[in-house]
Amino acid sequence: MKSIENVSRRGFLKVAGIASSSFVLGMSLPLTQAQAKSANNTVSHELNFFVSIASDSLVTLVCHRSEMGQGIRTSVPQIIAEELEADWQKVTVVQAKADKKYGSQGTAGSASIRNHFTSIRQIGAVARDMLEQAAANIWQVERSTVKAKKHFVIHNTTGEKISFGELASHAAKLTPPDSKTIKLKSNSEFSLIGKDVKLVDLDDIVAGKAKYAQDIQLPDMLIATIVRPPVVGGKVVSFDASQALKVKGVVDVIALKPRSIPVTTNPLSGVAVLANNTWAALEGRKKLNIVWEHGEKESHDSTEFSKKLAKKVNQQGEKVASKGDVYSHQYNESETLEATYTVPYIHHAPMETPAATAIVKGKKCTIWAGTQNPQWAKGNVARELGLEKDEHDNIELNVTLMGGAFGRKSKADFIVEAVELAKASKRPVKVIWSREDDIQHGFYHSTSANYCKAELTKTGSADHWISRNAYPPIGWLWNPEAKVPSDNQLALGFGDIPFALNNLSIEKHAVDSFVRPGWVRSVACINNGFALGSFVDELAVKAKLPTRQMWLNLLGDNRHVDPNKNGFKYSNYNLDLLAHPIDTKRMKDLINLISDKANVEQTLPDHQGWGISFLRSFGSFVAAATKVEVINNKVTVLEMHTAVDCGIVVTPDRVKAQMEGAMIFGLSIALMGEITVKDGQVQQSNFHDYPVTRINQAPELHVHIVESDAPPGGIGEPGVPPVAPSITNAIFHASKTRIRDLPVNKVFTI
Amino acid sequence: MIKITLNNKAVTLDVDPQMPLLYALRDELKLTGTKFGCGAGQCGACTVHLNGKAIRSCITPVSAIAEQAITTIEGLADTHGKLGESAVQVAWREFKVPQCGYCQSGQMMSASALLKAIPQPSDEQIIEHMQGNICRCGTYTRIKAAIKSAAGNSPTTASLTTEATQHSSGVEFFDARVFSTDTQGA
Repeated sequence: MKSIENVSRRGFLKVAGIASSSFVLGMSLPLTQAQAKSANNTVSHELNFFVSIASDSLVTLVCHRSEMGQGIRTSVPQIIAEELEADWQKVTVVQAKADKKYGSQGTAGSASIRNHFTSIRQIGAVARDMLEQAAANIWQVERSTVKAKKHFVIHNTTGEKISFGELASHAAKLTPPDSKTIKLKSNSEFSLIGKDVKLVDLDDIVAGKAKYAQDIQLPDMLIATIVRPPVVGGKVVSFDASQALKVKGVVDVIALKPRSIPVTTNPLSGVAVLANNTWAALEGRKKLNIVWEHGEKESHDSTEFSKKLAKKVNQQGEKVASKGDVYSHQYNESETLEATYTVPYIHHAPMETPAATAIVKGKKCTIWAGTQNPQWAKGNVARELGLEKDEHDNIELNVTLMGGAFGRKSKADFIVEAVELAKASKRPVKVIWSREDDIQHGFYHSTSANYCKAELTKTGSADHWISRNAYPPIGWLWNPEAKVPSDNQLALGFGDIPFALNNLSIEKHAVDSFVRPGWVRSVACINNGFALGSFVDELAVKAKLPTRQMWLNLLGDNRHVDPNKNGFKYSNYNLDLLAHPIDTKRMKDLINLISDKANVEQTLPDHQGWGISFLRSFGSFVAAATKVEVINNKVTVLEMHTAVDCGIVVTPDRVKAQMEGAMIFGLSIALMGEITVKDGQVQQSNFHDYPVTRINQAPELHVHIVESDAPPGGIGEPGVPPVAPSITNAIFHASKTRIRDLPVNKVFTI
Repeated sequence: MIKITLNNKAVTLDVDPQMPLLYALRDELKLTGTKFGCGAGQCGACTVHLNGKAIRSCITPVSAIAEQAITTIEGLADTHGKLGESAVQVAWREFKVPQCGYCQSGQMMSASALLKAIPQPSDEQIIEHMQGNICRCGTYTRIKAAIKSAAGNSPTTASLTTEATQHSSGVEFFDARVFSTDTQGA
C-alpha cells in the first residue's frame, strides 16, 4: 500500500453514502466518489481504502479484502478500529470495489492479516493521530497531553473530552503524518484485537438478506448458462440453437469465442443460452445438440495417470534441496522405510457456484461478482474488452459476498464469461454455473504422488531422508511447457522440511497437465502434508514409538530452520524468515499440546485409534488429532482436535471457526474427495458422486488456540493440511490398515 | 396462473408450471434468501417450508404447491410474528453459526421445521433431519449446538405461515428494486 493521505482536503466528499462524513482518510490517491452503502447498483461510486467519520461520530471503514466466510469483513475493520480507538458499536463497514489504489486485494494464500497487519493498523493509527492533533489544537495544549480513547479524545490533566464526530472536520484540515512516524499500540494495549466483536455480516445472513453474486438482480437482466467443452482445449464444431430458442423465456443462444491452450484463467468457451429466468436457460441448454472436437487432452485417464505419477516418484528426480549424501549411503534395510502416497484431483465445490453479472456499454463496464481477486479480475476484463491501461477504470467491479470460494473464485473465468455475453447481448447478463458446471469445469487440486524414504537411527530418529513429488503444476495454466512446480509451490510443506537431518534430498518430477490445475485451500500442502504426516507415523510404528515422540525426535533441538541452507530458494509464504521463523520449539510445543489435550496416548477400546499430524503453513503452526473407530470395514470419525499457533489472534471466534471448518474440509479430502477423469472428461457431476462431509459424518470438534505475541500467521488454510493424515493415521492405529492412497472410501465404508 | 400463499401473503405466479419453486422465488419474486446449491435436491440450500414442512424448492415444481402455504427465510419469525426472531435465528446468532452463510437459510429452514415437528429433538434426530443440508464451510458442530439451544429456549417455535392469516396484497412487496438497493457489498 502507498502512503496515507488525507483525501478530504481534495474535495472528494461530495459522495453518496458518506455525505455526512467530514473526515476521510485514504491510503492513496486519487479518490473520485465514495462507494454508497445502499446506492443504486448501476451508478458508479468509487472510494479508496479509508476511514471516514461523520459529524454524528459514525465511523465508516472500508474493507478492501474479499469475504468468503473467513470473517475478513469483521477482522480488517476491527484492526483499523483498534488503532483508531473507535467504538465498535459506532463502526459501519463498506466493501471496496476493485481498485489498485487499495494495494493488494487478492484474498488468497491466507494473506490478509499475515501480510498486511501492520499497514492496516497504520490506517487507523494515522487517523487517530490526526484526531488527537485536532483536539490539542482546539484546546491549545501540548500534543502529548491528549489521547484518543473509545471514540473521544481526552485531555490528560483536565479530563475534558471531545467526540470523534466533533473533531472530524478539524482533523480533516490537517496534513496526515507519515505513517511510519506514528507509534502503533503495544500488544498489551489492544482492546479490540483478540476480542470477539459483533460479526459484520451475521445479522444479514441470519435474516436471509446477505447478498451473494448469485443474488444480483437488475432490470432487463438475462440469465445465462453455458455448456462448456467437456475436455479442456476442446472446441465447438456445431450446434443447433433452434430447439433451445423455442423454449419459453429463452431469448438468445450465443457461441462464446473459441479459446485455446494456454487456458490461463480465461473462459473455456462453449455455447450460452440466455433467458429471462434460470429455469428457461437450463431447459434450453438441454436442446443444443452440440458436436465437440475434444482435442489432445481427450487421452487423459486419471487412474492410469496416478499410477504413472507413483512410478515416477520411485525414481530419482530433479533436485529441489539437498544436504549431505543420501545416495552413497548403505541403508540398513530392516531399519529403512519407503512409502508412496497419492492424492486424487480435488475440487473446491463451494456452496455458491460461480456467478457474475455484467453490463457492458461501449468501453464502459459494470460488474458484480464474488471474486477473491478483484483487481486481477478487472485486468482480465480490461483485456477482454480491449481497453488501454488508462481505460481500466472504465470498469467498475463490485465485490459481493462469496458463498464459499476455497481458491476457486481467485480465477476470473466466470466474470469474463459474463462480460463477453453482456457485450454480445447488449443487455445485463448474469452468468450462473450449475453444480454440474462447477464440478466438471473446475480448477482442480492436482492429482499427485509423493514418495518418502528414511532410515531409522538407533535413537529413534532419522538422518537420511528422501522426499519426492510429482504433480501437474499450476503454472501450466499460463505456460503449456511448464512441467514442474515453481519454487513457491515447492515451498508448501515440501522444500521446507523442518527435521534435523544431516543427509537430505528433496526432488521434483516433470509432469504433463490435462485438466485446469488450481489453488484449493492449502494447495500443495494437501498432498505434501499428507505424505509427511503419514510417513512420520509410519516411522513411529516401525520404531515402536508414540507418534508424538517420533515428531519430537525428528524435529530435534530448538532452532530456526533455514531451508535456503539446503540450496532451496525458500519464499516462506512471502513472509520475512526472521519475523516468521520455522521455529522447531513452537512446533514441538504444539505437538505436545495436541497430544496432551486430546490424550492421544490413552488406552482405547479395540478397533479405536488416535492419529496425529502437524504442518506449519502460511506462517501458522497447526497440529491435528483424530480418533476413529473401524468396525466391519466401516470408519467412523469420533473426535477431532486442532491446536493452532498463529501468533497474534485478531478475532478468536473466527480463528476457531476456521479451524472447525478446516477439520470438516480435511475430513472430506481424507474420506471421500475424488475427481476422476476418463477420456479427458470429469466423471463426477453433483454431490451424489462428489460427496462432501455431511452432519452425520461430522465428529465432535475441539480447537486449542495458543496465546502468542508473535506476528500473525494465516488462518484460512493452515488448518487443512494436518487433518487428512491425522485421520488415516488413526485408521491405522484402529485397524492396522495403512491408507497411502486417498480417499479412504476406496478401501473402507464411511 | 398458480396461486400460493407466500410468507403470509397471497401471490400469483405466471410461470411455466414445471418451473421449480426455487427459480420462481429468486427470478420472478426476487426473493433471493433461498439459495441454489445443486439443483437436484442433494444439498438443502434451497430449503423452504411447504405447510410448515421442509421441502427442497429446487426440485419442487410450482404446479405441485398450488393453493398451499410456502415460507422462506424472509418469512421466518417468532411465535408473535416478529421476522428474523425465530428461536432458530436467535440461536444461530448466539452461536455465530455462519461462516460464508450461503447454506444457512436452508439450514435454518430445515432446523425450524425439525423443531416444529419435534420440539425437543435428540442428537440422533437432529442428525437424521439435518443430513440433507450440506455446509462446505463445516459449521455442523455449531448447527447442532444452536438447534439444541433453540429447542431449549422456545420449544414452540413456529414459522409465520402456519399461524398468520392470509393477506391479499401481491408481489409488489418484493419488488426487485427494493432488494437491489439493499445490496450487500456493492
